[in-house]
Amino acid sequence: MVAPIPQALESLLSPEQILSSAEDLIVYGYDGTAGLKQRPLAVVFPESAEDVSKVLRLAAERDIPVTTRGSGTGLSGGSIPSENGIVLCLQRMNKILEFDTANLTILVEPGVVTETINQAVSKEGLLYPPDPGSMKISTIGGNVANNSGGLRGLKYGVTRDYVMGMQAVLPNGETIWLGNKCVKDVAGYNLKDLFIGSEGTLGVITQILLKLVPRPVARRTMLALFDSMEDAAAAVSKIIAAKIIPCTLEFVDRFTLQCVEDFAQAGLPTDCEAVLLIETDGHPAQVEEEAEQIQNILAQSNARETKTAKNEEEANQLATARRSAFAALARIRPTTILEDVTVPRDKLAEMIRFVQKTAEKHDLKIASFGHFGDGNLHPTILADERDADEMKRVHQALEDLFEKTLELGGTITGEHGVGLAKKAHLHDQYQDYSYTLLKQIKKTLDPQNLLNPGKTFDV
Amino acid sequence: MSKLRLAEMDYSVLQQCMHCGMCLPSCPTYNTTGLERNSPRGRIALMRSIADGELELKEAFAEEMNYCLGCLACTSACPAGVEYASLFEASRADIEENRILDTSERRFWRWITIRTLFLHPRLLRLTGRALWIYQNLGLEKLVRASGILKLLPKKLRELEPLAPRIRESFTHELVAESESPPEKPRYRVALLTGCVQDLILSELNRDTADVLLVNGCEVLTLPNQACCGSLHSHNGEEELAKQLARKNIDSYDLENVDAIISNAGGCGSHLKRYAHLLSNDSEYANKAKTWDSKVKDIHEWLCEIGFCPPGPLPVAKQVTYHPSCHLNHGQGVRQQPVEILKAIPNLTLVPLTDADTCCGSAGIYNLTQPEQAGQLQSQKASHIRDTRSDIVATANPGCHLQIQNAVFPKIEVRHPISLLAEAYRNCAISD
Repeated sequence: MVAPIPQALESLLSPEQILSSAEDLIVYGYDGTAGLKQRPLAVVFPESAEDVSKVLRLAAERDIPVTTRGSGTGLSGGSIPSENGIVLCLQRMNKILEFDTANLTILVEPGVVTETINQAVSKEGLLYPPDPGSMKISTIGGNVANNSGGLRGLKYGVTRDYVMGMQAVLPNGETIWLGNKCVKDVAGYNLKDLFIGSEGTLGVITQILLKLVPRPVARRTMLALFDSMEDAAAAVSKIIAAKIIPCTLEFVDRFTLQCVEDFAQAGLPTDCEAVLLIETDGHPAQVEEEAEQIQNILAQSNARETKTAKNEEEANQLATARRSAFAALARIRPTTILEDVTVPRDKLAEMIRFVQKTAEKHDLKIASFGHFGDGNLHPTILADERDADEMKRVHQALEDLFEKTLELGGTITGEHGVGLAKKAHLHDQYQDYSYTLLKQIKKTLDPQNLLNPGKTFDV
Repeated sequence: MSKLRLAEMDYSVLQQCMHCGMCLPSCPTYNTTGLERNSPRGRIALMRSIADGELELKEAFAEEMNYCLGCLACTSACPAGVEYASLFEASRADIEENRILDTSERRFWRWITIRTLFLHPRLLRLTGRALWIYQNLGLEKLVRASGILKLLPKKLRELEPLAPRIRESFTHELVAESESPPEKPRYRVALLTGCVQDLILSELNRDTADVLLVNGCEVLTLPNQACCGSLHSHNGEEELAKQLARKNIDSYDLENVDAIISNAGGCGSHLKRYAHLLSNDSEYANKAKTWDSKVKDIHEWLCEIGFCPPGPLPVAKQVTYHPSCHLNHGQGVRQQPVEILKAIPNLTLVPLTDADTCCGSAGIYNLTQPEQAGQLQSQKASHIRDTRSDIVATANPGCHLQIQNAVFPKIEVRHPISLLAEAYRNCAISD
């Protein structure tokens, strides 16, 4: 007789690397996505690429699905386990392996918490720029697997822009190295890019080589209030046209602002349509000049009021409205659905207005905030999952939002990933043969369909 | 199995957790083990599974809930405002009512503490008096030398050296039932003296009364106060907690006081939640709301009414501040103690690394989970030593003792209000 899976795993790993009690399985059945859960068969904590390889070989032999997981903070259900599947939790692979200040790179294991990387490199005056909202707890492996974004996206790009190389274990148990420390490298296909954002469906990333940049020494924070979203959008366009790329260009809409004021009392008027939070960073002289230019532009763009922080404390105060947006919204109703549709920057004002109309049409509470600079919008629907009628309207509203996003040349997900949550809409975005190509790539690398099956698309 | 509170309570409290994971880095037990079940969202997921009938209420869950410190650091970290305190209390009540961890030894200890001493203030003081005699009339030395302690059960033997030094005078001997400031009072407040605090830090109650008097408050201090019930509530004894809450409410003419002042973070946090505790009690629900609105932490109250600026301490001091979890996370009183300390001219306040993390005291946690409590205690002590301070200020008797056991006599533990009182007194003398 073949041994049941938890026991079979015990012959490969030590007992403290395996969990299989009901109390343990329940708590690895969810990630950061509301309303999704699935109890796995076992949870394992590999400590090396060899451990990962052993587990994947066993899974292949026994035809068992495997879902890779870090801290479980994903927002699209990407790390929800499969029924009767194994959870491969990489949190214990959390070592910084090499910090190379000559080549400005850092080699890390996937379980290192994103913020830990920044703390380590800041001592040498360096920066790892991607800053997803969950960076205090999210792991770098999860960031790479989801190609996470963050607030600094406009100026510094996203996770993909900083991955120079990686070690990965393939579903057949083979370990491979992709990329290197060279800025220029055109040998062969750029395979590492295939794994970035693949949501654990192609392989298990076991080491990551990251690029670092010099940490900017100066920063200026500004806040502007607008009576119309169009004026705010025009101001953003003018800033970019003046060839200034702020490191932060965030907005909150009127509804979000009202909720923030109830919650955090940031002292802002609740009757303005848009608040922009703008930050510029870099060399002190350049920051000074850019801040002055931005202030001029804001003044010429019908901003009702602008504020510039004189020090760090004031900067933090100005950022309160944006920083506490999610917290302020999440406590209003039991279920908070956070979306991340993204459109070209020049279409953002139109999209925000559409979100507001959609909320009215379906009689829902939808707040909007997000990254104005890169067109990444976070429409946040406040509902109650126990109310079947309301949830039906939520789904209709989401359909409308996705349709409009694609119509404007956008994407259904800017930074959260497809996972389970947006799987039904991926085909709408990949309308030509590209959808078939996605499946062909998956089949080539994972012929048994065992790595995070059913995520992103069905084979 | 009796009807479970977890299943009967307002489901939206459980549902409010969207398992985003923002609580994870704030949780001391998760930081120790890295296991999801030892995290706030993990515990809430287990509670929800029990409420949904997907998981049986068994020993594993009970042990998990005992491993939780109840420090509420997760509450400060939570973006969605999940009421962890209610979930925690409901879980522990379910565990107790269904006798999941029932042993005769456990029953005995719970009977002595929760059901006897902390229900009867006079008996508690009598025990305190007996302990004082033991500690001060040479008996302690005699007993320790005789080796008789070896005959005690292991648990009691381990507790003996941890026993706090009992004060010679208790609060009712130090503070009169009614005291008035020299000029016409601006406010009329009631002072809560605490149970443990009354025995081991009674002079703090004198200090609190003095500070209130300086700031124009008439102070009423009832001599025979009931326990706030926090110990009972956190340990699954909801009925006893309700009984104590009613007794406390009945002790005061609520309309005739401007505030009810607590100077212990842990007590204050519970005292402000009587309305939640008595929400189904038709007679007391409204009174409890009034009560909650009047309960103020001493720091909170002083900042609210605007306190007189103090003069310097007799000797300049370097001080660091450890926020008690239930003052910080439970009551959200964060800046006020810092403001008060900063107001003392020759007091230098040094920031404390990981100040927001629990010291391991957590009510009776240091007795029930000595290993984790000890680990947190040494971390806290090491951060405190790193500040090179003369004094660590903290505003809760549990933290006070826990930290004192680790850093005294090199570093002194004081309540911010005691320092303020000292500064006021010093100023009065030099005037």
